[in-house]
Amino acid sequence: MKKPVSITVNGVTHRDEVEPRLLLVHYIRDVLGLTGTHVGCETSICGACTVIIDGQSVKSCTMFAVQADGTDITTIEGMAAGSDLHPVQEGFWEHHGLQCGYCTPGMIMAAAQILDRNPDPTVEEIRHGLEGNLCRCTGYQHIVEAVQYAARKMKDQAATGD
Amino acid sequence: MAKYVGQRVKRTEDPRLIQGLGHYVDDVKLPDTLHVAFLRSMYAHARIKSIDTSEASHAPGVVAVYTGKDVAAKIGAVPCASALPGLKVPDYRVLATDHVVFVGHPIAVVVAADRYSARDAIDLIMVDYEELPAVVDVEHAAKGGPAIYEEFGDNIAYKLTSGEGDIDSALKSADRVIKQRMVHQRLAPIAMETRGVLARYFPGEQELTIWSSTQIPHLLRTQLALMIGIPENKLRVITPEVGGAFGSKLNVYAEEALLGWISMQLGKPVKWIEGRRENIQATIHGRGQVGYVEVGCKNDGTIAGIRYNVFADLGAYHQLLTPAIPTLTGLMLSGAYKIPAIQINITGVFTNKMATDAYRGAGRPEATYVVERAVDLVAAELGLDTVDVRRKNFPASNEFPFKTATGLFYDSGDYDAALDKALEISDYKKLRDEQKKARNDGRLIGIGVSTYVEICALGPSAAMPAGGWESATVRIEPTGKVTILTGASPHGQGQETSFAQIAADELGVDINDVTVVHGDTAVVQYGIGTFGSRATAVGGTAVLMAIEKLKEKATKIAAHMLKAESSNVVFNEGKFSKHAARAASASAVPEPTIPAGQAPAGALPDPEPEGKTVSIQDVALAAHIARDIPPGSEPGLSATYFFEPTNFTFPFGTHIAVVEIDRETGEIKFLRYVAVDDCGKVINPMMVDGQVQGGIVQSIGQALYEEVVYDEQGQLVTGTLMDYALPKAAMIPWFELDRTETPSPVNPLGVKGVGEAGTIGATPAIVNAIVDALSPFGVRHLDMPVRPEAVWKILSAHS
Repeated sequence: MKKPVSITVNGVTHRDEVEPRLLLVHYIRDVLGLTGTHVGCETSICGACTVIIDGQSVKSCTMFAVQADGTDITTIEGMAAGSDLHPVQEGFWEHHGLQCGYCTPGMIMAAAQILDRNPDPTVEEIRHGLEGNLCRCTGYQHIVEAVQYAARKMKDQAATGD
Repeated sequence: MAKYVGQRVKRTEDPRLIQGLGHYVDDVKLPDTLHVAFLRSMYAHARIKSIDTSEASHAPGVVAVYTGKDVAAKIGAVPCASALPGLKVPDYRVLATDHVVFVGHPIAVVVAADRYSARDAIDLIMVDYEELPAVVDVEHAAKGGPAIYEEFGDNIAYKLTSGEGDIDSALKSADRVIKQRMVHQRLAPIAMETRGVLARYFPGEQELTIWSSTQIPHLLRTQLALMIGIPENKLRVITPEVGGAFGSKLNVYAEEALLGWISMQLGKPVKWIEGRRENIQATIHGRGQVGYVEVGCKNDGTIAGIRYNVFADLGAYHQLLTPAIPTLTGLMLSGAYKIPAIQINITGVFTNKMATDAYRGAGRPEATYVVERAVDLVAAELGLDTVDVRRKNFPASNEFPFKTATGLFYDSGDYDAALDKALEISDYKKLRDEQKKARNDGRLIGIGVSTYVEICALGPSAAMPAGGWESATVRIEPTGKVTILTGASPHGQGQETSFAQIAADELGVDINDVTVVHGDTAVVQYGIGTFGSRATAVGGTAVLMAIEKLKEKATKIAAHMLKAESSNVVFNEGKFSKHAARAASASAVPEPTIPAGQAPAGALPDPEPEGKTVSIQDVALAAHIARDIPPGSEPGLSATYFFEPTNFTFPFGTHIAVVEIDRETGEIKFLRYVAVDDCGKVINPMMVDGQVQGGIVQSIGQALYEEVVYDEQGQLVTGTLMDYALPKAAMIPWFELDRTETPSPVNPLGVKGVGEAGTIGATPAIVNAIVDALSPFGVRHLDMPVRPEAVWKILSAHS
């Protein structure tokens, strides 16, 4: 029995009929075709599927699409307009915060959430904030540096009113 | 002139990856794709009495169901590439027929309209099992446990002895002989992207395309062509973005062949994306050795010999390189030391578990761990500082190429230099003083040192199962853009950037004008792939050599354009000109100017003025238009080179870990981590740091957290990431990294490789630190993963 949902993703509202058991991550990837959000573990441990739902970072692999009815979601594709980069994305590029890139979209969403809650985090606070996201390639240090870069950049932007 | 090589160049791969625009296998969407799910054995060891698929076949959305009987005569066995003398090779079919030998062993496959329906139908397949006793413990399996394969009589897949020198008399005449049992627990590689396959058959063209998350597209194509029975030139393997591999995708898997075959049966695209539980069940594991080391030494700390008797837990079947991995352990048992007598006695053992194979380091971390722990055992036995024992046994920097008693020639090295630098950065003397003080205050601080050497750039073909060379084609298009086709198959290492750095410097072009193409067998000439820290040292050298070849041709065309002899033409920063000496002598002659657009076509001035240059882009255009190239020369501007290395390379370094142990809980906390690595010449220091850091964290995983656990019945206990403990960001110290740079003489780039250094060098440093911290309690050794529980038991026994 399919259920109607209305979900806003990256500013566009989508109305679809979905099976109640359809996972949100599969709705995003297979129904909407936004494949930047990845599946890494199916158990909410690795965080590759992290998206922002109504301002909160959420693991979309353990949430049903019907639970997201009426919400406003940002995925990696919606972090910046066109070819512009969000300061967190820029930080990952500047500081080599990724190797294979698979965990990266989820990491970036989690990092954005950290800075949203705390614009000036310490190294320990960044590491703690990233505990829900696993990276098997980088060893995390460059990711921490990427988040620090983004924090500086966002502070500068706020100061100059950009 | 190196504008890019050696610089911290940002990766060209990254813009697509940080925007979520990369395409991993599951991101490739084809219309009408069917989805595949596997029924896998729930028992470690059982007979299959019957399989009933009738209900599953009629389930909603199901298109087809196949069992082992359907495919046994159609699809060849899963291949093993290592040919050791006397090796027992079980017949490893893509689906089991009547005998399952590990939890996760594929039994049947459902093809359905979507992944949910496929998964549903799996539960409707009825299998009648007769459970058999499982052999789980490797030593029990070797010493009389029930034989998994009745036809073999026992579980010994092979026995192999190697090494040089008279180990018996070395140990007999040593002042001391120290013995220790060491366990290298099974690890799961856990690439963040699981395996995945998409197969599409084109019935008209009779061509099959397979997208697979693999490290070896060409080798995979060859093997799958043989398994499925399709001509190799009708099979195209595409490796899209690969989300990590660490050796786990250096293989040929049953699922890859099955998906290809199913697509041929159904004439539709079929896709399978491995779940994480499947990934831990049925993607290869790493390590899995239980060994007994005997090290003989003199009273001054000189090591006289090492013997290592090891039981290698191969699992139930051989995957591509399963039996070969422990032989790499044997190769590296000399470590960074002059050891006159070395012997390894390998017993390769079948157990009812997933096969072990290459996981980052692949046999070498085991060797390094054995040697580096053995050195600490010697130091502890003799009451010497571990640093002094290490130094005493180093070959000097002028002793290279250094021959080991394992039959290798280490290419170059300066082990003292890396050690000195690490001691300086860590302020080792001060650390020891602080440790002493802390002990007096009741705190448990440990300092662990590892002075590792590793074997990289795999490898000369003579030493490899299927070719150790690598290929590159370099092409300059008519518009001057540079295309590199590499046989390497990067999956996170960043060779799209590092190879572009090499090419941009050598050709004098902007790095943004260079595109590196890999992972498509229809586009790229045959290649070997990315593993064994080989891509830059072997594949990068192939790029360099192809460029040299291309420049030879370009020089001839440029000479023709400049109306000069080739021998008088020089190439510098992207431009060809007449030889500097001649140009200089002609500089007094005023240069005739030809106003742009006024030279009549076909009537170029003759002779060309001295000092005139043509760019490599001009040459590329001329080579393609081909109206005015040297007579008899080939049009176009591309060159292909297959580079065969003459030796492996041997990176090395010193890692120092400082840990503190909580007396109440046994918890282990890092205070410092210093690593000085020498991977030869560095192409991109930022990427080298990334490789080292990632490697160290995988070592931290092995030393402290990770272990694939099977229970006594062979059930996989650690089947999800909730149970298999990967290191997280907050568990990791800040790494203090530095380098020494000893070029390799094996390749003209002077590079050695760095992909596995961290995984090889760090594990023993961490365990040495923990043992050092606990040494006041008489602790000489602890097995990995060193969990707080084990430490706490020691502490409470002494409190």
